[in-house]
Amino acid sequence: MDMKSLYLLVPMAPLVGAIIAGLFCRIIPRWVAHTATIAGVAIAFITSIVIFKDVMAGNTFNGAVYQWLTSGDYKFEVGFLIDSLTVTMMLVVTSVSLMVHIYTIGYMQEDPGYNRFFSYISLFTFSMLMLVMSNNFMQLFFGWEAVGLVSYLLIGFWYTRPTAIFANMKAFLVNRVGDFGFILGIGLVLAHFGSLDYATVFQKAPEFANVTINIWGSSEWSLMTVTCILLFIGAMGKSAQVPLHVWLPDSMEGPTPISALIHAATMVTAGIFMVARMSPLFELSTTALSFVIVIGSITALFMGFLGIIQNDIKRVVAYSTLSQLGYMTVALGASAYSVAIFHLMTHAFFKALLFLGAGSVIIGMHHDQDIRNMGGLRKYMPITWITSLIGSLALIGTPLFAGFYSKDSIIEAVKFSNIPGSGFAYFAVMAGVFVTAFYSFRMYFLVFHGEERFGKAHDDHGHAAHDAAAHTKSAHDDHAGHGDHDGDHDDEEVSHDHHHGLAPGQKPHESPWVVTLPLVLLAIPSVIIGFIGVGPLVFGDYFKMTIPGTNGIPVIFIDNAAHPAMAEFATHFHGAAAMAMHAFSTAPFWLALSGVALSWFFYMKRPDIPAAIKARFEWLYTVLDNKYYFDKFNEAFFAGGARMLGKGLWKGGDVAVIDGTINGSARLVGWVASAVRCFQTGHIYSYAFTMIIGLVVLMTLWVVRA
Amino acid sequence: MSGYPLLSLAIWIPILAGLLTLATGSDRNAPLARMLALAGAVVGCLVTIPLWAGFDLTTPAMQFVELAPWVPRFNINYHLGVDGISMLFVILNSFITIIVVLAGWKVIEQKVAQYNAAFLIMSGLMNGIFTSLDGMLFYVFFEASLIPLYLIIGVWGGPNRVYAAFKFFLYTLAGSLLFLVAQLYLFINSGGSFSILDWHQMPIPMGAQIWIFLAFLIAFAVKVPMWPVHTWLPDAHVEAPTGGSIVLAAIGLKLGAYGFLRFSLPITPDASHELGGLVIALSLIAIVYIGFVALVQDDMKKLVAYSSVAHMGFVTLGFFMFNAMGIEGALVQMISHGFVSGAMFFSIGVMYDRVHSRQIADYGGVVNKMPKFAAFFMLFTMANAGLPATSGFVGEFMVILGAVSYNFWVAFAAATTMIVGAAYSLWMYKRVVLAMSPITTWKRWKTSPVASS
Repeated sequence: MDMKSLYLLVPMAPLVGAIIAGLFCRIIPRWVAHTATIAGVAIAFITSIVIFKDVMAGNTFNGAVYQWLTSGDYKFEVGFLIDSLTVTMMLVVTSVSLMVHIYTIGYMQEDPGYNRFFSYISLFTFSMLMLVMSNNFMQLFFGWEAVGLVSYLLIGFWYTRPTAIFANMKAFLVNRVGDFGFILGIGLVLAHFGSLDYATVFQKAPEFANVTINIWGSSEWSLMTVTCILLFIGAMGKSAQVPLHVWLPDSMEGPTPISALIHAATMVTAGIFMVARMSPLFELSTTALSFVIVIGSITALFMGFLGIIQNDIKRVVAYSTLSQLGYMTVALGASAYSVAIFHLMTHAFFKALLFLGAGSVIIGMHHDQDIRNMGGLRKYMPITWITSLIGSLALIGTPLFAGFYSKDSIIEAVKFSNIPGSGFAYFAVMAGVFVTAFYSFRMYFLVFHGEERFGKAHDDHGHAAHDAAAHTKSAHDDHAGHGDHDGDHDDEEVSHDHHHGLAPGQKPHESPWVVTLPLVLLAIPSVIIGFIGVGPLVFGDYFKMTIPGTNGIPVIFIDNAAHPAMAEFATHFHGAAAMAMHAFSTAPFWLALSGVALSWFFYMKRPDIPAAIKARFEWLYTVLDNKYYFDKFNEAFFAGGARMLGKGLWKGGDVAVIDGTINGSARLVGWVASAVRCFQTGHIYSYAFTMIIGLVVLMTLWVVRA
Repeated sequence: MSGYPLLSLAIWIPILAGLLTLATGSDRNAPLARMLALAGAVVGCLVTIPLWAGFDLTTPAMQFVELAPWVPRFNINYHLGVDGISMLFVILNSFITIIVVLAGWKVIEQKVAQYNAAFLIMSGLMNGIFTSLDGMLFYVFFEASLIPLYLIIGVWGGPNRVYAAFKFFLYTLAGSLLFLVAQLYLFINSGGSFSILDWHQMPIPMGAQIWIFLAFLIAFAVKVPMWPVHTWLPDAHVEAPTGGSIVLAAIGLKLGAYGFLRFSLPITPDASHELGGLVIALSLIAIVYIGFVALVQDDMKKLVAYSSVAHMGFVTLGFFMFNAMGIEGALVQMISHGFVSGAMFFSIGVMYDRVHSRQIADYGGVVNKMPKFAAFFMLFTMANAGLPATSGFVGEFMVILGAVSYNFWVAFAAATTMIVGAAYSLWMYKRVVLAMSPITTWKRWKTSPVASS
């Protein structure tokens, strides 16, 4: 088989699986659905390994497989660009997806929508692969929106829950705000470069470095700055950067396997991947990179704070994801694209591990997600415990673990960066290390150690008044969600009893092997992939191969004269082992350690302290509990404003002015007509009278003039 | 190429079938009337297939031309022909006719023969509009097609049908009178020709072009409809039966856009450039303003009607930017909108037949009762929101890309539809199909005879 067919096989295999499980989801038994989809993804994974080896041997590819449409001189094609960046993403996507597919057998086993779920996640895998393998902007946009659609379907998977169908609409609309910028960016690329083909655009990019366009009034804007910022707005939507981050925490309404696959490991990193892919463009605008680094650092730090006060196990991990995406964005802004991709990769593994671990805990807790009801689970769920510990250690950047190499590289790269905003970014990523360690181990201790708080009556966890209120509300919502299960439904129904938790006296249990196997398999790369990868990926030649079809432009292009951070950082690198040894004498290590120590002290030793702090800094807690009021502002200003504007335009414009004018003129015609009608009485004598009067008037005129 | 007068067949088969259906008379023969109508619609659609198959892609000239004198005294000819654009509309129209006959199969129980006859005759007349190459012939078809739709709304419509039917009729009639005046001017100045193709070749002074363009603009803007002459559309849609809404959205609205392509742009090119800014401004108002208006509608049909106005704004926007991408995008958008809006109205009709309400507030949880329907409705909703891999995406995407090279801010305004279009589509889907249903509706579900079938 030639390589081109292999490239095609990678996205097509999951698509075929998705079609089998989706179209026939009511007919086929469960084992067919999961076998077909798992086989599809496994084929994609194995083929990706083959392609990886081929790329390592120096065989890259850039070409069309299908011409979609031509318009004038423009051609729109479906094509693949296969190089080291693409193949890295392919491996990450297919391997995590495969783990999640296997895990789903266990997690969804009681769910009536089993086949439908498998169909969706395979469809997602197809879309994501189309996105990363694309060789042009059009297909990128297709994949971009397609993953958004699947995300919409999966967040709303349990469509009888009001919170879920609100969350999925919110996710779609917020992403659309990003896509609004994205499509304008693509439009500018097409208008000025005359092509949507990556290679052609990258090749021409340097000619446009100093081109300005007239956007507003007489002020001239750099074309590359405007284009890159617009493209990045697309990335902000998909990769959940402030202020377009609001959809990600709510997306936790979806089943846990997709939180791991879509909302942690792969889809949300599409924005990071896109910016790295576009490095030949972003390198031409320091302003755009400054924008990127500032947005990234705000996300990295401030979303981390929110993780501290969450009590839902999935939401803690979700805020941690937001914060880590901020780290990746910071790396992009510092021109350390390879580091961003490296962190994307390590994060995909350890964050998928943490989410799936959280899911395993949720199974063990009978779908209670509140960490205040857990504690001491290590005794009952040993595999989940160990793997979650590994994931947490990787996340906080413990030396030798995967997260250490990628996160430390980001911090170092930012240190050497000189673009405006990098000072703030350096502070943010340093402070973020402490915050990450604190909230990660707060969750870890509360779940796996300490007093066993499960199986009690559920009326004792309302520590603060609004906590209780919030919980009652969610319980109420949930109740409403199940309230309508009367009548003769012939459709699949959600049988999950969320938030029900363990009955008094009941103990949690370890999850089945289909759940724990993926945990173990993900724990391995979470430990070793950093040590193996840091040398070649970040400092080696891995990303220095030429993009096929261009005149020597490397996969990740850095303008070392303008942005010397990576070049300088590279001179300080002396191997992975030395990097780990050196770490013990640097600030991040001690920050992380003190974060862990503090969380141990607060939540294991003296649980009264956090409560006291909360009472003392009530206002701060309120701000954090309301997530900085982003949701309230959006709801009031954008959603409410749009509705008010619509009502105003409709009632004021359409009904009052336009129809008012039309109906008014119709009435005017009617009024004139009724006035005229007075003369048309139908009585002969009045007509005769009128005629005589007219005759008299005419004769008088005639007489007078004569 | 076959020797049959395919275009005449496409026009007259539906009309004859319509007359035959009408002849079956009273509702006692309703099943026969339905079968006859379906047969007419299917045959009418089949004869358009050779148009597609035999179409010569290598020439921009008119194909399948038929020419015969009609009123020799005024040099009016029965002159038909299609190019790549009109051919698509003939096929779309003939296909939609089958759909509307089926859409009324069970629901229409009174005056069945007349109902189906009106649709078939209208279908033939519409094909006449798309294939006419003679200005007067076009005008006759254009005006005649008003009558069946007027009757459909006025007879089989909802409670406020008389107001809606009058509004629809008067608006379009007022527009087309100016169109007639412009045609007479062209007839006199071309030395007595009603051939549209002759008019395309004719040089016209700028001053006259402006007036002709404005006359065309008013006539076609009402049909599209463009802001601010759009308010007849929501009323017409709300009162029309499902089939009427489908035809109106899928074909009726295309007549105006087709008029721009066949008359305004080629006959008055300089004025089109001169006044293109005006049309673009109106189109952008339609896209942005109407998008917000659609968002707050409580009535599903009104919501989709308003979204049609916004989508047609993309068509007129694409035409008047004068770049290839924009015009091609606009054409794709026309065809796509024909299918998508037709499908949306069909879906609403399906729900209306079961619950007898169009109010969004009366629905909820439809997915529990009709999961397969919900999946299809999701597809159409996503197409309405312009999601990639649906036809709704291609047109919008191309017009927005074309707009960026025309003017960045035009593209900016047009691209807001990415957000607003998704908002009104998905919000409706959420409230109607997903969210929990009010108890009143559930009761109606259970008592409705159709729901249990």
